[in-house]
Amino acid sequence: MMKKELGLCLLLAVISAITGAINPAFLSLVNLLNMANLIGLFGVFALGEGLVIITGGIDLSLGSMFALLGVVFIDLLTTYQVHWPFALLLVLLGGLVLGGIQGFLITRLKMQPFIVTLCGLLIYRGVARYYTSDSTRGFGYGDEASTLSNIASGNIAGIPNTFVFLIILALILGVLLHRSVYGRWLYAVGKNEEAARFSGIRTDIVIATAYIISGGLAGVSTVLFVFYTNSVSPSSFGNFYELYAIAAAVLGGCSLRGGEGSILGIVLGTALLQVLQNLVNILGIPNSLNFAVMGTVILLGVLADQQLQNRRRRKAALAGVARTAPRSTLSQGKQSASPRSAAALPTSTGDQA
Amino acid sequence: MTAMLEMRGVSKSFAGVQALRDVNFTVEPGQIHALVGENGAGKSTLMKVLSGVYPHGDYEGTIIFDGEEQRFRDINDSEALGIIIIHQELALIPLMSIAENIFLSHPPSRFGVIDRDAVYRRTRELLAQVGLREPPDALITDLGIGKQQLVEIAKALSKRVRLLILDEPTASLNEADSAALLDRLMAFRQQGIASILISHKLNEVARVADRITILRDGRTVDSIDCRTEQVEEDRIIRSMVDRDLAHRFPPRDARIGDPVLVVEDWSVYHPLHPERQMIKNVGFHVRRGEVVGIAGLMGAGRTEFATSLFGRAWGYNISGRVWLDGSEVDLSSVPAAIDAGLAYVTEDRKQLGLILADDVRKNITLASLSQVAPRWVVDDIRELKAASDYRNRMRIRCSDVYQETGQLSGGNQQKVVLSKWLMTDPKVLILDEPTRGIDVGAKYEIYCTINELAEAGRGVVVISSEMPELLGICDRICVMNDGAFVGEFAAGEATQEKIMRAIMRNKPVQGGVERNRMQMGGARP
Repeated sequence: MMKKELGLCLLLAVISAITGAINPAFLSLVNLLNMANLIGLFGVFALGEGLVIITGGIDLSLGSMFALLGVVFIDLLTTYQVHWPFALLLVLLGGLVLGGIQGFLITRLKMQPFIVTLCGLLIYRGVARYYTSDSTRGFGYGDEASTLSNIASGNIAGIPNTFVFLIILALILGVLLHRSVYGRWLYAVGKNEEAARFSGIRTDIVIATAYIISGGLAGVSTVLFVFYTNSVSPSSFGNFYELYAIAAAVLGGCSLRGGEGSILGIVLGTALLQVLQNLVNILGIPNSLNFAVMGTVILLGVLADQQLQNRRRRKAALAGVARTAPRSTLSQGKQSASPRSAAALPTSTGDQA
Repeated sequence: MTAMLEMRGVSKSFAGVQALRDVNFTVEPGQIHALVGENGAGKSTLMKVLSGVYPHGDYEGTIIFDGEEQRFRDINDSEALGIIIIHQELALIPLMSIAENIFLSHPPSRFGVIDRDAVYRRTRELLAQVGLREPPDALITDLGIGKQQLVEIAKALSKRVRLLILDEPTASLNEADSAALLDRLMAFRQQGIASILISHKLNEVARVADRITILRDGRTVDSIDCRTEQVEEDRIIRSMVDRDLAHRFPPRDARIGDPVLVVEDWSVYHPLHPERQMIKNVGFHVRRGEVVGIAGLMGAGRTEFATSLFGRAWGYNISGRVWLDGSEVDLSSVPAAIDAGLAYVTEDRKQLGLILADDVRKNITLASLSQVAPRWVVDDIRELKAASDYRNRMRIRCSDVYQETGQLSGGNQQKVVLSKWLMTDPKVLILDEPTRGIDVGAKYEIYCTINELAEAGRGVVVISSEMPELLGICDRICVMNDGAFVGEFAAGEATQEKIMRAIMRNKPVQGGVERNRMQMGGARP
């Protein structure tokens, strides 16, 4: 499990070293802090996306959620003059509720995560644009939320607060995912939902909770992004950001089939993505190639990981065969190989002939 | 008459297990040849050899069809000769029409474009031939199982069938549909189409078959020519089950107490076919320290009974009352069932029993994490200790508790599943085919575990298709058939023949009349 993260660290170090060697500006303090800020911004909601991906699902709605929650948040502060702690609370609650609705549709009404969150993507964006009549919302010249603004976009001893938030949230979620009972359940559900259900795990609640957490983190990210850009244009704010999160999670070792991935991996994946973007700028590669570079690296990364894993699995399987006794059975043994026994219970309680 | 098909000296083994031993099997043109035997007797394997699922070279022996030796490489080769197999689970695509399903692999076409008129015209002809009155564009999903079966046969006819193989075609049909299907087979006989009928329903077999061949443990043990000999149910059943008890069972000294699990009026419907009642208002009980077996054929409803009981993990519109240890319990969800003291060891170890990608330790503690996770955070040391305890107690052979369960042998995997459920400290354990697919040594260990569990005062329910196993380990055997209990025997009085007879007697015989002997045999031309 740790091998993957170690590999990512190594990759990150090698890329940084090469870039730094070509252009020392890459390693300048200003650039590093700027990157830390962006890693913080993009990391927070990638954590939530990672949780959802571990259940075997996906959340495509995050970018649109930022737009919707963003315009509401700014309106609350400027138009309605709501005191900032309440505005903050409402936005976080909004994220949790949207995540909850998606989780409900997926687990209770048995809809596919891709479809539910794709519709979320379209609906939230549309509502945000209608609500604002497609006009950009921003802060006036007053100091509606200077305290919150300082918290969200300030720094501690030079380190951007966004990065600090990411570390704090990653630690909390790290405990939740890797140490708690809930984390066990989440991985179990992602690896084999039916077996988890038969072991007494309330798989519906476990999965829905992942979407709720993802929504809540989207609320946090909304606030951070709003104070990063200071304005929200509803048609473009947060566009494609969910894809950054998915890319970071996949690069960090999450499998879209579910059941795999770690918090550290997701953070490192986010970092790698931001380093790549920065590298494009710093090395003078045409900015238009930005996405192409990112895509290529993700593709190669996942391919390499898969190859290594296959090799490891083959080795383990060989070792396993050597260890275990030959399977001698009376007649039933062979039937476990028949395709029908693979059918899960709900459709047929597989008594076979 | 010369034989149409002759299989000579066919043997086939799987990883050291002999599934077929020197089987000879002959089908004459226009003959209906019934193949009967217990689950796992080798019927399906023999048919897979015949249809090319197991290619030439994968088995020993020869297949002669139309007087020539055949070496099928795959199922296409046998289909080309008109040997068509219809599996028990139908291979139709639910959301396509009848016509599309029939001509799925070989649609009539002109210049590479499917000729819709021809497809529909020929579908209508075929449907008329099998006696199915449905429009060719009706969707499969809108048809009942019986009609779907007829579509399968129409599909076979579209390929110019000469030998039709039906694997338990009437298992999920009601009486009227079964009778219609069997009539169809007899009509085919007039047209010279031969059939091989695999069935557990001896009354049906006796009604239509020209010859009955009985397989047991991969051998042909008897073959009855229905035109010259009297068909006796007793003779068939005796041939089906009579065998040496190959296994040994640990000695059992039962100390049986009060009832620990009592089920009353339990009724379950099929989740996909809500009109089908799978469990028919049954009652059931287990006493403390007792090992109760549930015998029955595949599809009798045993697994459905167990899984519906286990927190309604399967089924629809479930009703009934359950008492555990004298007080009525709510089993509306799996966690509730576990809390109440029920454990269910699934027959589908790899899909439902284990998370194969996880290690031994995580699998053992999965159902009782709260024991090793005070305040919701897993205590690694406590968990390791618990897992190691069970590893030693159950003698799970693994390199350490961090080994992936997917790498273990079947027997050791089963011990992990058992450990998982022992850790929940259940009052009653239901073990569904606990020794399926595991080696003899591990079987013995699991029998010992079952004994220990009973000695500790738990109630144990064992569902098994291996009758000798039930006879060897149970204090009482309940026989289930078609969603209801149809017989009950104490350990001392139960025999394989009695159990099999209880099952067969309760197969619906025209109008539900029970008969011990079938008289249909020799009378037919």
